[in-house]
Amino acid sequence: MATISFQLNGKTVSVKDVDAQMPLLWVLRDHLNMTGTKYGCGIAMCGACTVHMNGSAVRSCSIPISSIEGSKITTIEGFSPNMDHPLQKAWIEHDVPQCGYCQAGQIMSAAALLAENAKPSDEDIDIAMSGNICRCGTYNRIKAAIKTASNQ
Amino acid sequence: MITNIKRRSFLKVAATLGGGFTLGIAWASDVKTGYIKTAAEDWTGINAYLSISPTGKITIMSTNPEIGQNIKTAFPMIVADELGADWKDVIVEQAALDTVNFKRQVAGGSQSIRFSFDLLRQAGATARQMLINAAAETWGVDPSLCKADMSKVVYNGKSLSYGELANKAGKMPKPENVSLKDTKDFHIIGSSQKNVDADKILSGNQKYGIDTKREGMLYASIKKPDGFGQVIVSVNDAKTRAIPGVVDVVQFDEKVVVLAKDTWTAMKGKKALSVTYKSDKTLEDSEVIDKKLVELLNGAGEVKRNDGDVDKAFAEADQIVEKTYEAPFLPHNCMEPMNFFADVQADKAHLEGPIQTPEGSRKAVADMLGLKEDQVSLMLTRMGGGFGRRLNGDFVREAAQISKLAGKPILLVYSREDDMAGGIYRNAVKYRFKAAVKGGKMTAYQLHGAGVNSRNHCRENFFPAGAIDNYKVMSSNYESAVTCGPWRAPVTNFLACAEQSFLDEVAEACKKDAVDFRLEMLDYAIANNSTTKKDYDPVRFKAVLKLAADKSDWYNKSSNEFKGFSAYFSHNSYVAEVAHMKKVDGTPVLEKVTCAFDCGILINPLSALNQVEGGVVDGIGHAMYGNLTIKDGAAQQTNFNTYRMIRIAEAPKVVSHFIDSTEHPSGLGEPTLPPAGGALANAIYKATGKRIYKQPFVNEMEVDVLG
Ligand code: FES
Ligand code: FES
Repeated sequence: MATISFQLNGKTVSVKDVDAQMPLLWVLRDHLNMTGTKYGCGIAMCGACTVHMNGSAVRSCSIPISSIEGSKITTIEGFSPNMDHPLQKAWIEHDVPQCGYCQAGQIMSAAALLAENAKPSDEDIDIAMSGNICRCGTYNRIKAAIKTASNQ
Repeated sequence: MITNIKRRSFLKVAATLGGGFTLGIAWASDVKTGYIKTAAEDWTGINAYLSISPTGKITIMSTNPEIGQNIKTAFPMIVADELGADWKDVIVEQAALDTVNFKRQVAGGSQSIRFSFDLLRQAGATARQMLINAAAETWGVDPSLCKADMSKVVYNGKSLSYGELANKAGKMPKPENVSLKDTKDFHIIGSSQKNVDADKILSGNQKYGIDTKREGMLYASIKKPDGFGQVIVSVNDAKTRAIPGVVDVVQFDEKVVVLAKDTWTAMKGKKALSVTYKSDKTLEDSEVIDKKLVELLNGAGEVKRNDGDVDKAFAEADQIVEKTYEAPFLPHNCMEPMNFFADVQADKAHLEGPIQTPEGSRKAVADMLGLKEDQVSLMLTRMGGGFGRRLNGDFVREAAQISKLAGKPILLVYSREDDMAGGIYRNAVKYRFKAAVKGGKMTAYQLHGAGVNSRNHCRENFFPAGAIDNYKVMSSNYESAVTCGPWRAPVTNFLACAEQSFLDEVAEACKKDAVDFRLEMLDYAIANNSTTKKDYDPVRFKAVLKLAADKSDWYNKSSNEFKGFSAYFSHNSYVAEVAHMKKVDGTPVLEKVTCAFDCGILINPLSALNQVEGGVVDGIGHAMYGNLTIKDGAAQQTNFNTYRMIRIAEAPKVVSHFIDSTEHPSGLGEPTLPPAGGALANAIYKATGKRIYKQPFVNEMEVDVLG
């Protein structure tokens, strides 16, 4: 059992008495009540659990809580709560979500891509987003929305 | 179209509301659960579907389960249109299961809009009439002189807003007959409206079932037998109980459940269980099942339909084309794994979560617990996908059972492995087609379908029924311990792929263009329309074929483009698709799919486009990669590392065209999936000369045509 402190959406949080091996995903969801980050596979294969760790997109299902001491974590709840990020606007413009379950992870992956590469090509998008599965098949809209956001 | 509504067929608004019109009464069943937000006191419930605030905000209940088909936007649009509302004033809320006020709260078979269209229109139209009557009484004029539009009632330069009228309208007697709008006067139906939950989804605030939290709740992880058909011999849970955070281990049927303070600890505790199983029967194996299905195809199947004399036509044929098409089991893989909340107490129970069949599931739980149905409440949550998996309420019953045994509120959460290995699959199935060709014409068509655990593996009254005189359809079933169930576009999800691939081959044997061949068959069906039984309208079907051929530039064979055609009728809708392939450095790659679609009146064109694209991408992805095999009784693919799903780089572009229609709305979420695999297979043939007879296609080819 461990006590870990880290920055979550700009605030310092510390979690006590958790199994050091527990993935960040479950600490967020069950211990910190931040359920916007989703569980899809638990093995870093679907991207539903994507968050930003020190600015990079990571799969929170596969990061033990013991390894994030002192890190800066951003989840979908803290990413742009006012819904004014160009990606959120573009997602709405293109009416991307169907069931919506994968979409927090998609947005977090896309945001990390744009932070690094303001004008991604189709191929850049394919590479950056290939870790995110959408069973509803909204891929074309995701691509279009990223392009729209990148032009702003 | 003006429809008069008779009171008997009408919504039971007045009767069920007992003359009261406050929200608390209208939503009594929801309020009872204490779990859903109740609106402020001064809202007026006009009927079970809607309430209006003094400031003119209109809350419309979306009655049916939302699985990503966007019903939560579409249903309220229909009510709001007849209500004469300004869509900007509308707030949408998810209704709980309420069998008194609502009908068919099911998401399945792409039937929600088709079933509820008139009911929803009536709900909106009645409320509109009550608002008009309230205004007319205020002004002392005849209601027929007043008009409702954009959340106002107007007469002779005077105007009262719905907010101003709500209170009075709620006290007006229910109108006996209300007229529905002419379809040409729709102002919301047919307009593109964005997903009403988008803001919540994109800011992480949308709650799904898996996000449910209640005071004192435990998380439950369930261990089922490794293989289908196994039973428990012994359980040793000592290691599990020693894990900090594990609260309890309970057992029922062949299931062992770990309860813990968080999901991960419950899952960890499950992995630490030591359970031994046995089976009296030989364990299931895909290879054995495959052999059994071939044996069934070699025998005589149950005849589902037999027109004319196929045997005579085969005997007289110039050529016989006979092919067998094969498909494996498929898991649904909803992105949100199965889960459900249950709080079972001595004399009542509350259930909450993602289920496509709330009414049936509540009944099953009530029966199981020995409670009456009205002692069990069920709240629906937005679902992270359904695809048919959530028609089966197995996990709802499990959650209730666990809560009962644990004596606590619990949230049952399947791991991805539980979800994928747990069954209720699209069944493994094989189709054998046989066609007689004589004088450049198909003179007989015979289909025999053999698959696992379904009463009928065919759709004998779908195309080409009625399009050919000698026509025979047979079905054979194989009983297996591998549990199967509906999967997006049940039966047709592979039947269409097989049939449309086969017809391409027969067209070639007849030396006809693939589209012309199908059009001629439809012309024959049109000419004999009145004398043959069939579920489809050949005139509407022909129109989508022509639209797809036109929009895909089908007859232009000049370019470096290889096109595959496929068309299918299902869920009362008509679809034709063309897969466009190009060769890049000599390798064929699927570029895009052109889709022509007739699903009657379009409620929400923007959302319809999204559904069409999703259906095509899903159909292409599963045809190409979907594969679940069984060995030693167990699924061999249990997560996305071994089960391949289509990803962004592989998704083809989809260009959709809709038939402009005033027909009753029909299925939208499913019908574009079935033809997709056939279009792809036929394009692959054009590009490579190779026919594909087996899913997943990727195993039949040297290159991955999705790039
Ligand atoms: S849940 Fe983390 S990648 Fe799937
Ligand atoms: S929107 Fe449903 S999984 Fe992506």
